[in-house]
Amino acid sequence: MIPELGHFALALAVAIAAAQAVLPLLGAHRRDARMMAAAPALAVGHLVALAASFGCLMWSAVVDDFSVFNVAENSSSSEPLIYKITGTWGNHEGSILLWCLILACCGAAVAAFGRNLPSALRARVIGVLGFTSAGFLLYALTVSNPFLRVWPPPIDGQNINPLLQDPGLAMHPPVLYAGYVGFAIPFAFAVAALIEGRVDAAWGRWVRPWALGAWCLLTGGIALGSWWAYYELGWGGFWFWDPVENASLLPWLTGTALLHSAIVVEKREALKTWTILLAIGTFSLSLCGTFMVRSGILNSVHAFASDPTRGVFILVLLALVIGGSLLLFALRAPSLAASGIFAPVSREGALVLNNVLLCSVAAVVLTGTAYPMFAALVFDAKLSVGPPYFHMTVVPLLVPLFAAMSVGPTLAWKRADLLPGLLRLWWAALLAALVGLATAAGLRDAFAAAGFAASAWLIAGAFAELTERVRLFRIPIAATWARAVSQPLAVWGAAIAHAGMGVTVAGIAGMSLSASTIVSVRPGETVAFGGYDWTLAGIHTQPGSNYTARVADLRVMRDGRQVVLFHPSRHSFTRQQQTISDTAIQTNLIRDLYAVMGDERDGQVVLRLHVNLLAPWIWLGALVMAAGGGLSLADRRLRVGAPARRAAVAVPARV
Amino acid sequence: MDATTRRRLIMLAPLGIAAAAGGGFWGLLLRMQEGTYDPHSLPSMLVGKRLPEFSLPGQPPSEGFSSADIIRSGRPALVNFFASWCVPCIQEAPVLMQLKQQGVPIWGIAYKDKADAAAGFLQQHGDPYVRVARDEPGRVAIDFGLYGVPETYVLDRQGVVRMRWAGGMSDDVVRDSLAPMLKSLA
Amino acid sequence: MTRLLLVLVALIALAGSAQAVSDPGEMLRDPTMERRAEAIGEQLRCLVCQNESVEQSDADLAKDLRRIIRQRVTAGDTDRQVTDWMVARYGDFIRLRPPVDLETLLLWGAPVIALAVAGGSVAIGWRRRARAPEPLSSAERRRLADLLE
Repeated sequence: MIPELGHFALALAVAIAAAQAVLPLLGAHRRDARMMAAAPALAVGHLVALAASFGCLMWSAVVDDFSVFNVAENSSSSEPLIYKITGTWGNHEGSILLWCLILACCGAAVAAFGRNLPSALRARVIGVLGFTSAGFLLYALTVSNPFLRVWPPPIDGQNINPLLQDPGLAMHPPVLYAGYVGFAIPFAFAVAALIEGRVDAAWGRWVRPWALGAWCLLTGGIALGSWWAYYELGWGGFWFWDPVENASLLPWLTGTALLHSAIVVEKREALKTWTILLAIGTFSLSLCGTFMVRSGILNSVHAFASDPTRGVFILVLLALVIGGSLLLFALRAPSLAASGIFAPVSREGALVLNNVLLCSVAAVVLTGTAYPMFAALVFDAKLSVGPPYFHMTVVPLLVPLFAAMSVGPTLAWKRADLLPGLLRLWWAALLAALVGLATAAGLRDAFAAAGFAASAWLIAGAFAELTERVRLFRIPIAATWARAVSQPLAVWGAAIAHAGMGVTVAGIAGMSLSASTIVSVRPGETVAFGGYDWTLAGIHTQPGSNYTARVADLRVMRDGRQVVLFHPSRHSFTRQQQTISDTAIQTNLIRDLYAVMGDERDGQVVLRLHVNLLAPWIWLGALVMAAGGGLSLADRRLRVGAPARRAAVAVPARV
Repeated sequence: MDATTRRRLIMLAPLGIAAAAGGGFWGLLLRMQEGTYDPHSLPSMLVGKRLPEFSLPGQPPSEGFSSADIIRSGRPALVNFFASWCVPCIQEAPVLMQLKQQGVPIWGIAYKDKADAAAGFLQQHGDPYVRVARDEPGRVAIDFGLYGVPETYVLDRQGVVRMRWAGGMSDDVVRDSLAPMLKSLA
Repeated sequence: MTRLLLVLVALIALAGSAQAVSDPGEMLRDPTMERRAEAIGEQLRCLVCQNESVEQSDADLAKDLRRIIRQRVTAGDTDRQVTDWMVARYGDFIRLRPPVDLETLLLWGAPVIALAVAGGSVAIGWRRRARAPEPLSSAERRRLADLLE
């Protein structure tokens, strides 16, 4: 009964989405106020129907209804409850439904929070979102239906891949998809603006919070995925430049460019074409990422369904959405009003440079990811593009980008002198040079030293503009403090986000120095490694709900004091005949102790031990970036259409 | 070309690139359905080259054989790598038996298998091989460029590799690829 | 502080990279040769679990390939020779760093091409905006003067 209800709700959602697509756009075209006013209601109705549908699917998994094919394929009765719930999106059909659900949330969010938008624009935005939703929902309803039944129902489900039974991986899809799909809103804004034929400062202001929100979520999603790979897969790395990883990085790169470009549209009504193209491009890259993963044409172990017929449907969908929006761009963009003028050396100029560099990095990553397919198609050659390629091509582009990240905010709008800005950064440059030289001399590793220097430059430089604004050390501390707390949140947000990037760079530089070894030990034996003493206290067997585990008790000591007693283990999942290693990690936020258990032979067990320097900073940095973004989002000037009227503060005028 | 037209053309560029990419993906999807594109499969480096030199011990009760033995036979032949722990090998066994009945000489190599396990496999699923050798260390397989089991190599009279099929042999594959190839080599 | 530095130095001395958990016995005794072997292995793709390097993967084939790499390094082959040996059997696909030849021109040229295209479009936009209007002819100036009166 419940699956039928879910199926019905899904069909209902398709119908409402179709209405959401047609009515508001028609209304905006005819300036029919009633039709335009229907938009928010339709968006909310669409969300309710789809949420009900998703709820029914989740319920079927929770109550072990194996007559639903999706549940029979991917769940099992012995699975812990939490993974039954999160397993709803751990498979192809469920994840598409999740994608649609988040898209519906986007429409409802614009309906709820976009009350200050002019009704025509809001109607068009909701309409475009409706179009996209209707397409994906139709896909879900027809070729990717999660509510298909199987009769007679099997006694038990086949259980999902044991790798998916993990908290980090369970949360990775919702957060990541929220980021991916979140960029549909700026996309809808861009298309709506092209339809209207007008891009102005107000549009820039309205788009920014949505782009910022999606960006924060995407940053979190990518970080979660990378962190999961680190602690779960046990190879000691955190990024392989696998096609699916790159598919998430691409929209992040262009999304970052979009974020910054929109600022220029808002402040100076310039860079309109760039911003519109970036908004369309970011969501297009999100969509392409989905297609590549689900179609099977990618060589990646991440890929779910390898069904070419599904691939065809998605390709048609993509052609309509991306092709349609780019066609609209080609037709309407030339007639966008001419942009504001600015000198090459100015904040706009710096943001143009930022756009150019970020888009170049994105182009390189895209080329590397798509090249094996291109070579197969054109040259009939079989080659592979792995991490070495990306390191050699992306890193040189990052150097000018990092340099500009700290210099850019010090430049004034319209026309600036480079020298005063650079001089203000003298202490950041000095710090970077010192850190670089110290680490180069001490560690004798040029790459890591460069990384640490870049990190110092980014973190110190991030606060350069702030220290200037609060006149740090030039006026009394009390006055500095007063200025600091009265700074708009967006200024703090930007500084913190840029500093977060620096933290991540430091983490990556530290990881490049990590040490590892493989040892074969008997219980009771001790190995000295990395400045610690690792003792295998014992090995024992531990049964689990759907697995049996062999657990090693590993004690790590330093100077006679115990640092940690942790338990790397190997879980054998009897049903799928798979064994996976459960890595043991202990962190003090400066270094990670990392142990993986291997085979046992003749009473000895093989262990791989790592000491990873600054590893947690990689993901902490991402958290800081997202926090900075969130802080900017909290700035009232962004959320409210008009600038907030603030009480007068007695602060001397800025000269 | 005046400035406005040039500008219009530049704005058309993103659509053009997207269309080209879309066309490319379409082409790949079609090829995937045909079977000519598989992102995970490897083309064999041996096709067009003489098979690598090797000499392997026998899987009892069979005698071992060497690359010279195969070439000396002077007939088109198949070399098939299998293992008792490999599920697709079980599925392809009847197909290989049928090929044996049709008179196709198949030289078998047990890859990374214990002698008694391999013997049990042959007993249970049939022995379609002219001779069976053992490659327990797996080095000869690497010289062939093997990356999984089962794999089947089609050789002509001179011992030059003409085709490699990675994965289980099925009736469809025999009909569509193998039989025509063997016919052309006869 | 000194202790931290000592730990860091110890780490660098042992600096390695991600490896698969397999047999410690397969590691070479000579650390320089072992490091070379690891470096070569990291540049090769494991063909079974195709998103790991030969050095990282736990697959049987990867273990065999690691053993072969170490044998050849000990026998005196250069890095290039070991890689070529692998490519002769498995093709360019096994290389994680694609070769630089005519077929990969677009690939390796991507950073330069991307910068050129992006920079070029910026430059075009610049020229368009910076184009000053042509100075008025004398007839146009007279007409302007008339209009302004």
